[in-house]
Amino acid sequence: MSDTVLTHDEKVTDSTVVLGFWIYLMTDFILFAGLFATFLVLRTNTVQGPTLNANLSFALVETILLLTSSFLAGMALLAARANSVRSLMTWLVLAGALGAAFIGMEISEFTRLVASGNGPTRSGFLSSYFTLVGTHGLHVTIGLLWLIALIISIAMRGLTRANMRKLVLWSLFWHFLDIVWIFIFTIVYLMGAV
Amino acid sequence: MNMTSLIFGKLNWSVLPQSPIAWGGAIFMVCAGLLILFGITYYRRWEWLWREWITSLDPKRIGIMYITVAGVMLVRGGVDAILMRMQQATSVGSSSGIVSASHFQQIFSAHGTIMIFFVAMGFLFGFVNLVVPLQIGSRDVAFPFLNSVSFWLFCAGAALVNFSLLIGDFSMAGWLAYPPLSELAYSPTAGVDYWLWSLQISGLGSLLSGVNFITTIVKMRAKGMTWMRLPMFSWTVLGSMSLVVFAFPILTVTLALLAFDRTLGMHFFTADGGGNMMMYVNLIWAWGHPEVYILILPAFGIFSEVVPVFSGKKLAGYTSMVVSVWAIVFLSFFVWLHHFFTMGAGADVNTFFGIMTAVIAVPTGVKIFNWLFTMYRGRIRFELPMLWFMGFVVLFTLGGVAGVVMAEPPADYQLHNSLFLVAHFHTMIVSGVLFGFFAGIWYWFPKFFGFKLDKRYGTAAFWCWLIGFILAFGPLYILGLMGATRRLDHYSANLGWQPFFIIAGIGVAVIVLGFIFQVANLVHSVRVRRHNKVGNDPWDGRTLEWSVASPPPEYNFASLPIVHARDAWWASAKGGSASGRHNEEISLPKNSGKGAIIGALVFLMGFGIVWHIWWLAALGLLGAVITVIARTFEEDTERVIHL
Repeated sequence: MSDTVLTHDEKVTDSTVVLGFWIYLMTDFILFAGLFATFLVLRTNTVQGPTLNANLSFALVETILLLTSSFLAGMALLAARANSVRSLMTWLVLAGALGAAFIGMEISEFTRLVASGNGPTRSGFLSSYFTLVGTHGLHVTIGLLWLIALIISIAMRGLTRANMRKLVLWSLFWHFLDIVWIFIFTIVYLMGAV
Repeated sequence: MNMTSLIFGKLNWSVLPQSPIAWGGAIFMVCAGLLILFGITYYRRWEWLWREWITSLDPKRIGIMYITVAGVMLVRGGVDAILMRMQQATSVGSSSGIVSASHFQQIFSAHGTIMIFFVAMGFLFGFVNLVVPLQIGSRDVAFPFLNSVSFWLFCAGAALVNFSLLIGDFSMAGWLAYPPLSELAYSPTAGVDYWLWSLQISGLGSLLSGVNFITTIVKMRAKGMTWMRLPMFSWTVLGSMSLVVFAFPILTVTLALLAFDRTLGMHFFTADGGGNMMMYVNLIWAWGHPEVYILILPAFGIFSEVVPVFSGKKLAGYTSMVVSVWAIVFLSFFVWLHHFFTMGAGADVNTFFGIMTAVIAVPTGVKIFNWLFTMYRGRIRFELPMLWFMGFVVLFTLGGVAGVVMAEPPADYQLHNSLFLVAHFHTMIVSGVLFGFFAGIWYWFPKFFGFKLDKRYGTAAFWCWLIGFILAFGPLYILGLMGATRRLDHYSANLGWQPFFIIAGIGVAVIVLGFIFQVANLVHSVRVRRHNKVGNDPWDGRTLEWSVASPPPEYNFASLPIVHARDAWWASAKGGSASGRHNEEISLPKNSGKGAIIGALVFLMGFGIVWHIWWLAALGLLGAVITVIARTFEEDTERVIHL
């Protein structure tokens, strides 16, 4: 391949890929909007089952974990811009660890609810609660899998242009999940506590 | 849980077809499938098929495959329509017609589902793939591999629908599967699950296509193609794809929640346990109404290309055409409630949505007038696309007026769920969307195959479709006003409806004749293709796709065009911009089979979920995820062409 030929990767410039990814993120926002609407319609349909009885401090710890993880993802991006692979990897691993801790807390909360007979089949309210929070959790899990693939890819090939682009997309995704979580914290937990 | 159900889920011998007609459908489908496989093997075309088509990331190839699949599904949906007409023409008084009530319910559910999701959407994405990159002066789409994934997800959904012919049954809950009927309590068979997963899978493909083509149009227009120089078809595609990315996530949510109800025992839309079935109807139409504009906008776009070319004039009111597209896009999210005025949302809510529904007819009217103004004082050539346009403009306007009638909530209380409604939306979808796509096929066929279709066959087909349509749906308007509701599998003889149903049946027979002419045309034209060869620009076209060879080279443009005006090819005096240096090196994506593999694995996942074969579902999902990850690790996905 001669030097003058731009590869497809370069022609479809990074900005095109980022635009495409933004549009995808918007569709995901609408998906969550649908789930929020469902939750708001069904939140009083408890059918003599439990209301949320929101444990605010538990949700607050989850929030702090996720927001800190997002902050670390930002640090990772700064490290990547400074071309420092070592600190980039450190930040990524830390961000991933906090994300995994978040997922762990969410799983423990879900297990506790199901074990006490208040699983998603108990009432319309619980169906919508599990689905909304669980869909966010699923997204975080996908983000973690993506992060692992990204770390492997950077370890294999270094900070190539393609890896740099993947890193930018992943961090967009990770911040996006934060924003969704802020809404969940407000609408599910704060509103559930009042 | 015993071993058999662990391996086979809910599958057992009783899922095979139960009636002669159902067997007929199943055997026909299996035989057709085997015949195709045999043919490919006999003519040793497997390698060719794999190399040239299945693994191709060329949007032109993908577009042709979309249209082929849509054409096949049109036959399937058409057979359903014939059966419905035969049933309603004969099932009167003491006769119970040709199919059982439950089979009839499956037929009308399958008809609607197939025609919207696998025919109309298939044609739509076919045209988008074929035309948009050429029209905007690009060599490719923004994400070629994603495009292949979209297509194969569409195929996986279509395959799932067709599998329901042989294994199990299809949904009996109508094309939008309203709960509580579609809930497990009232639809215990796998039919609704087939419906759910075929739509979920193909809908995901549509969503990804939406992202892809918005990015393509925003980012990959040729140098100099400012927004107000963008060809009208590409404008309508941009509008339609914007609706896709806004509306399809709502469909994804809605289908997922119903699947959770049915498969995991949740209570979103159930009659008990704190579900809210009215929420389903709101959600599905918050997607469903934009969906009809997703379909019609590109058809409008095709007419906006066809009318100027065959009138020898530029499009009248280009700016107002662009504005009206975006007015429709915007307004289409504020009318969904008119599908269920009778639900009881109250007078204020109904009034709001009634007014909005009447208002959305205004930008559509603007378009109609602009096309007519384009024709006015033009040198009109009565080629087939123009005939389809004129058929469209008469029928669509009448159907639109019927729609405005139903936009009045008090009138709608009478007409809701009547055959008047059925006639209305068929007028919009058949004489709007489908006629538009037929015009598009005729118009662009020479571009992609290098020869024209035969005009005599085409004219015969057009008149059969037009007359057949009027015969088939005219009586339904009258029947609706007489009180006939939709989805009747039987009615009493003294109602006096039978003659109208018989006329409607004759109408469908005439449409079938038109379809036969179209197939015959294709066969005939392929056979005499050496005599029908065309050059770059057989219609005296105006946009950039007519500047390249027919069929276009895989890289579309040897050197990328530079656009100086609207109707770039026309304005360049048919030279200049398209020709150029021929010593470029062009890089294109390498073929990849991973799109087809992902489609196949997702199909297995869908089939596994439908029949509760969990190992298969997990295998399919895991395989698809691994394939996606493997693709992201691929390097060297480009190849270079030296000209």
